[in-house]
Amino acid sequence: MVIYYPYRAQGRSRDAPAVFPKSCFPLARAVVLLWCRAMTNGMSSHTFTGEKLVCIRGERVVFSGLGFHLAAGEALLLLGPNGSGKSSLLRLMAGLLKPASGRLAWGGDPVADDREAHAARVHYVGHHDAIKPVLSVFENLRFWARLHDPASGAGLARAARDRMGLARLADVPGKLLSAGQKRRLNLARLLAAPATLWLLDEPSVALDRQSVKVLEAVIAEHRAAGGMVALSTHADVDLPGARELHLDHFAVAPEAAMGVWG
Amino acid sequence: MLGLSTPSGFVRFAKAVSPWLWVASALLIGGGLYFALLVSPADYQQGQTVRIMYIHVPSAWLGMMGYSVMALSSAAALIWKNPLADLVAKASAPVGACFTFLCLATGSLWGKPMWGTWWAWDARLTSMLILLFLYFGYIALQNAFDDPGRGARAAAILALAGFVNVPVIKFSVDWWKTLHQPASLMKMSGPALHPSMLTPLLLMVAGFTCFYVAVLMVRVRSEILAAKIRALRLSEIHSVQAAGVADGVAG
Amino acid sequence: MNRLFEIIRRDLRLALRQGSDSVMVVTFFVLTVILFPFGIGPEANILERVSPGVLWVTALLASMLSLDRLFQADYEDGSLELLALTPTALEVLVIGKVAAHWLTTGLPLMVAAPVLAVLLHMNADGFLALLATMLIGTPILSLIGAMGAALVLGARRGGVLLSLLVLPLYIPVLIFGVGAIDAAIQGLETGAQLLLMGGILLAALPLAPLAAAAAVRQARE
Repeated sequence: MVIYYPYRAQGRSRDAPAVFPKSCFPLARAVVLLWCRAMTNGMSSHTFTGEKLVCIRGERVVFSGLGFHLAAGEALLLLGPNGSGKSSLLRLMAGLLKPASGRLAWGGDPVADDREAHAARVHYVGHHDAIKPVLSVFENLRFWARLHDPASGAGLARAARDRMGLARLADVPGKLLSAGQKRRLNLARLLAAPATLWLLDEPSVALDRQSVKVLEAVIAEHRAAGGMVALSTHADVDLPGARELHLDHFAVAPEAAMGVWG
Repeated sequence: MLGLSTPSGFVRFAKAVSPWLWVASALLIGGGLYFALLVSPADYQQGQTVRIMYIHVPSAWLGMMGYSVMALSSAAALIWKNPLADLVAKASAPVGACFTFLCLATGSLWGKPMWGTWWAWDARLTSMLILLFLYFGYIALQNAFDDPGRGARAAAILALAGFVNVPVIKFSVDWWKTLHQPASLMKMSGPALHPSMLTPLLLMVAGFTCFYVAVLMVRVRSEILAAKIRALRLSEIHSVQAAGVADGVAG
Repeated sequence: MNRLFEIIRRDLRLALRQGSDSVMVVTFFVLTVILFPFGIGPEANILERVSPGVLWVTALLASMLSLDRLFQADYEDGSLELLALTPTALEVLVIGKVAAHWLTTGLPLMVAAPVLAVLLHMNADGFLALLATMLIGTPILSLIGAMGAALVLGARRGGVLLSLLVLPLYIPVLIFGVGAIDAAIQGLETGAQLLLMGGILLAALPLAPLAAAAAVRQARE
């Protein structure tokens, strides 16, 4: 049962930095930043930006001087070898980690000022699927949907469940699910309660090709509706027009990685 | 403030101050012992055993001060994210625990001739015993994590929670004590202590405090070095890994 | 508010489906209390004398037994991260979890305590005080315990460590709890002890979730 959703035409120019050679990247980014600021001043669409972010994990500087920019409808693809900080960056964006220094802002306002407001517009999918073995698929999904937004209706959760191909598994307890089914249930959270910013940490792990296609379609729809996506992956997830962020460009020299103890 | 809040600033300060602290603690403790053992009189009730007091009371004082230093620097570490404050708290815990143990041990030695038993559920001793376990919990929690940063943060929260609880525990133990037992034989007459006993006691307290601060500085400096070594190792692992990946690509 | 009830409901449902925790806690409570007559002899007057202390000490241990699952399961399967990302104060969610923990352990302990008091020949004058101290005291145990459970998340030997952290902090509850029952048996006023316990509860109600939430936040990093 393949459901194919054609990507809708999108009227935004998303890939401005990609058309420049890499050496122009900072300049291009600055231009885009200014342009976006100017464009979004009087508009309701938002931007999510990071400036000069430094991440320290276990006394090691993972990356520093990292900046990114996401506007409505855009996607950010995080690339880099193991340990380059892809997961850490997504956790920083979610607010699960605090940057050692630097600034995360939503439409110009620092995210740290109102953590709850930020949590309300974020969906985070990490390595763990957060599924209770004794609750059924639908109970698991419904719990997270209502916790995210108590007003979210059962209809939305049902639609999310069906979209992720879990309709027939609705009453199956979580302990009987396969790894791929668990991942699909975790991804169904994205649709069960709406949020603007999706942070997906290797979402395609354990998914079959068909489910990856569904995920790609869901992401495309989300972007077409003005949503934002930041995604890290080792496999191929097709994100048309996504910007790429290479985290190894922001790694620090071993001497500098010593932080305050140097 | 003197650049004390950074590791390198602290090391400079500690290097300058430590020798003086060692000299001061040696002089104060030496003088205190001279007065305590040779000059001051024996108690008319307790006899020579009263001289245990000159170790017991300063130990109790430092056991409590060690916990306070630990809790306050934990608060500083949590609020200002100062890496040095974490190390001060970590360094203070074993020293304070040792003094608390010394207080309990001398209390027990003092108890044998006074109460005729090695241990009595005296309110003060019982509170110190609980304090010792609070120290143990703190030290155990600190060492229970693979990431020393996590251990430090968890232990800092525990230190603060314990600090809030200490007065409650102290009060409840006092209350429990008055309910269950007649007032103990030991009467610490407090401010009415005769000057010939008060002088050595104060000298010992001052000497012990200098000693505590000096040991604390040694421990903080070694913790700074340990953190440096860990950071060096980690950065080494990272660069080796990066080189390995590059080699793999080249090969 | 809705989220608070949502999480209580979910934790209760989990406890109900998994079924074991409440039953295990009460079983441990009963079994440990039953051991005492074997240890100190069946003479009614001795058992009567020690019954308040035995009941309270055993209740402390039983309540502690279930603590390490309070956050650990959510920590392991990633739920705790998502809970921390809920658009509400983490403290509220911690209160929800504590409430569910009390309903599944503190409340059954309270129900079992009078039965065990009969087995230990406790003087009938003490029963009301026993229930009252359990009612005020067991929530304090859950609150302080939640803080300890959050602190040991991800630690090596978390279970043993938890008892080392939590038991010293339980001492005031033990002292006042037993004190109130003893006073009632001796025909004295119990108001002071109950008020003191109430004071501890009122202080722990905001402070313990605050500390537990801080501990959860640093655990997920």
